[in-house]
Amino acid sequence: MFKLEKRPEQSQKWIYLSPFLAVLITMISGGILFATLGENPFEAIRIIFWDPLFDPSFASYSRPQLLVKAGPLILIAIGLSFGFKAGVWNIGAEGQYILGAIFGASVALAFYPMESKLIFPLMIIAGALGGFLWGLIPALLKAKLNTNEILVSLMLVYVAESILASVSQGLLKNPDGYGFPGSRNLQNYASAANVEIIANSGMHWGVLFAFITVIFSYIILTKHIQGFNIQLTGQAPRASKFAGVNPTANIVFCLGISGALAGLAGMFEVSGPSGQITIEFNSGYGFTAIIVAFLGRLHPIGIFLSGLLIALTYIGGELAQLMLGLPGASIQLFQGMLLFFLLATDLFANYKVKIGANK
Amino acid sequence: MIKKLLEINGISKTYPGVIANSDISFNINTGEVHALLGENGAGKSTLVKIIYGLVKPDSGNLLLNGVPFRPGTPSEARKAGIAMVFQHFSLFEALSVAENISLGMDNPPNQRDLGKKIKSVSESYGLPLDPAKTVGELSVGGRQRVEIIRCLLQNPKLLVMDEPTSVLTPQEVDILFKTLLKLRSEGTSILYISHKLEEIRKLCDTATILRLGKKVDTCTPEKTSTKKLAEMMVGSTIKAPEKLNKPAGRVMLNVNNICCVSKSQFGTSLTNVTFDLRQGKILGIGGVAGNGQDELFAVLSGEQFSQHGSIGLNGINITKFNPNQRRKIGLLSAPEERLGHAAAPNMSLIENTLITAENSQNLVSRGFIDWKKSKAFAEKVIKKFDVRTPGSQNTAGSLSGGNLQKFVIGREILQNPSVFIVNQPTWGVDAAAASSIRQALLTLSENGAAILVISQDLDELLEISDQFAALNGGALSRIEKTADLSMEQIGLMMGGAKDLEVHNV
Repeated sequence: MFKLEKRPEQSQKWIYLSPFLAVLITMISGGILFATLGENPFEAIRIIFWDPLFDPSFASYSRPQLLVKAGPLILIAIGLSFGFKAGVWNIGAEGQYILGAIFGASVALAFYPMESKLIFPLMIIAGALGGFLWGLIPALLKAKLNTNEILVSLMLVYVAESILASVSQGLLKNPDGYGFPGSRNLQNYASAANVEIIANSGMHWGVLFAFITVIFSYIILTKHIQGFNIQLTGQAPRASKFAGVNPTANIVFCLGISGALAGLAGMFEVSGPSGQITIEFNSGYGFTAIIVAFLGRLHPIGIFLSGLLIALTYIGGELAQLMLGLPGASIQLFQGMLLFFLLATDLFANYKVKIGANK
Repeated sequence: MIKKLLEINGISKTYPGVIANSDISFNINTGEVHALLGENGAGKSTLVKIIYGLVKPDSGNLLLNGVPFRPGTPSEARKAGIAMVFQHFSLFEALSVAENISLGMDNPPNQRDLGKKIKSVSESYGLPLDPAKTVGELSVGGRQRVEIIRCLLQNPKLLVMDEPTSVLTPQEVDILFKTLLKLRSEGTSILYISHKLEEIRKLCDTATILRLGKKVDTCTPEKTSTKKLAEMMVGSTIKAPEKLNKPAGRVMLNVNNICCVSKSQFGTSLTNVTFDLRQGKILGIGGVAGNGQDELFAVLSGEQFSQHGSIGLNGINITKFNPNQRRKIGLLSAPEERLGHAAAPNMSLIENTLITAENSQNLVSRGFIDWKKSKAFAEKVIKKFDVRTPGSQNTAGSLSGGNLQKFVIGREILQNPSVFIVNQPTWGVDAAAASSIRQALLTLSENGAAILVISQDLDELLEISDQFAALNGGALSRIEKTADLSMEQIGLMMGGAKDLEVHNV
């Protein structure tokens, strides 16, 4: 019989080991899944995890895509990690991402066709502001009326999607677009285009921002009192009150910063890889970033690595659809399994497994 | 002729990293009050849980009336005639007394019959109880009666009581003892768990002493001195704190007519609480748990603001100051709950210094944490207060209760507070640590601090405080000099006696 025995302290070793174990178990289960679909499991795993980076015929296209996909995921996940550490559950990053994109694109379209070096920085500020304000709604409702931020932030995603649908067919619709829904393509507007900093690397301004955010959040969490207060609030709310942390300020900070970073991600996406506001602009980065944050142990470096890994599953998943005709949902399944197994293997951090016939 | 009711033979139980019980054997005779004596963590609770079917022993066995007895669940134990009154009650506050009692029964009769039965049993044992009353309206002593009556309705052969007097006023203790002695005269055995020696000497026929999971001795408490019992329980001699009598200094903290509505539904709101704290003096506040102690602490620490009245520190009005603002001008506090309130369990001791010492020790400059200074301060606390831990890197949760309490108290005292508020400073702490904490409080007061100690341990308050007052229903009694008070007066101040009259047994 298996027996679980609580550890006196969390095992540091297992905290870092469990994400790797989760990835391994996901690969094995994914392999079994693909085998039942009639594919060679080893080939499928290779196509998802290896070919996008190293296969000569795909790598030149896929490698830059890695950063393009990882950038927004990391940016959003870093923001979420602050709240998750403090016990403030922002599930609505997707909505903040959409609002950031709308705000950023609106600034660009307001100035069109004027060219100026100031437009792009203005768009960055507007994007962050859009996400911040959208994140502020659940924050203030929670602080003032004690509403549940999980529900409110999630519901606001659907509101944001409706706004997105409305503006892409109305306010922001391209007047030269022959009546098709969607805005002008910002990639064709030099002052507003989020271009690659290094050609063919996928490294656009948003990716750079993501990397800078990783460093900043590392410093805040390990060296700054604000980072300490966030962690204290999450681990021991009463102790944080005793320490004099203002709970309202804390909630506003956590939801505000995650909203602002999600908004930034949306702005960089709409001015870069996506190029325009359309009805289907959002692609679920805001939700996938939750997996990225947890897989990365809410630690900045971990989030950086897990962002790259999840980006890889996106690209590999597309490749597997192309090469093996696997259903598109299989990659979502894959990402879901990853979170599931991660939460399951977390058990080892808090418990020892004993095997024996002890009744 | 003495008849053995329960034989306990070689009981052992190990938890990860802890030997809770190691080869414990003793007998409980029919119609005796048997004390189980030991410090926190000596293994009393584990042993009792084994007898009551909540925990299975790793080895050893029990014989009940000579027959092997191995209860798998509490209901099996109850069927065999064992009843238990826990230290923490399991009652629904929104339900009536009768409803609560019927919930704990395997085949409850209808409410009217049960009500009659409750009335007759409770009166015959001198513990009158109104079956229709809502439990939420009862005092702690009243709630304990509900638990006791619930047990007595089963006609138990063995009644187990876990620290029953820790929540009672002295008068209520007397009533309880009369009831227990009546039960004994009817042939019921009582296993009485406590660490209060005087009580055991007064009540119990036999005492078994546990220390660190092992049986030290079984003796007759009447014939053993309190000192001897204490030494057997602790395993070494304990130095009692020394108290110097210095004249009172000027008023440091002035609490004027504070009223504060409790945040929890069954909490107690404070009404018109007024007192002064003076330099070099300790004011002890006693009272039965749940009479406004937590609310008083929160109002003084700054975690909650009072709706009426004012608090002045050295002439500054601090009524609306948050905990940090109060710390900056010298008012420090240490709450009752160590884990999760005074300290974050999963954070290291170094990180835990930041909770209260951030400003006074300059641990943070321009928003950035000085980890070196934090570590140095944590290590200073560990050294000065003899906190037993492998190092300052260890988490607060890994420390034993006594050691963590020493850390928490030390963290505040080393910041040289001019006013120090502490709630239950030695709750759940072993005797040696408790004595060193009390000594530290006395030393702090001799050095000129004004101290408020809220505690349910009357002996502690009598030992260290210069003045005594009691909280009852959120109101503060008159403040008296501790030296002039008798136990009886204290009991009356705690006010529990007014609704719990003694009936003729």
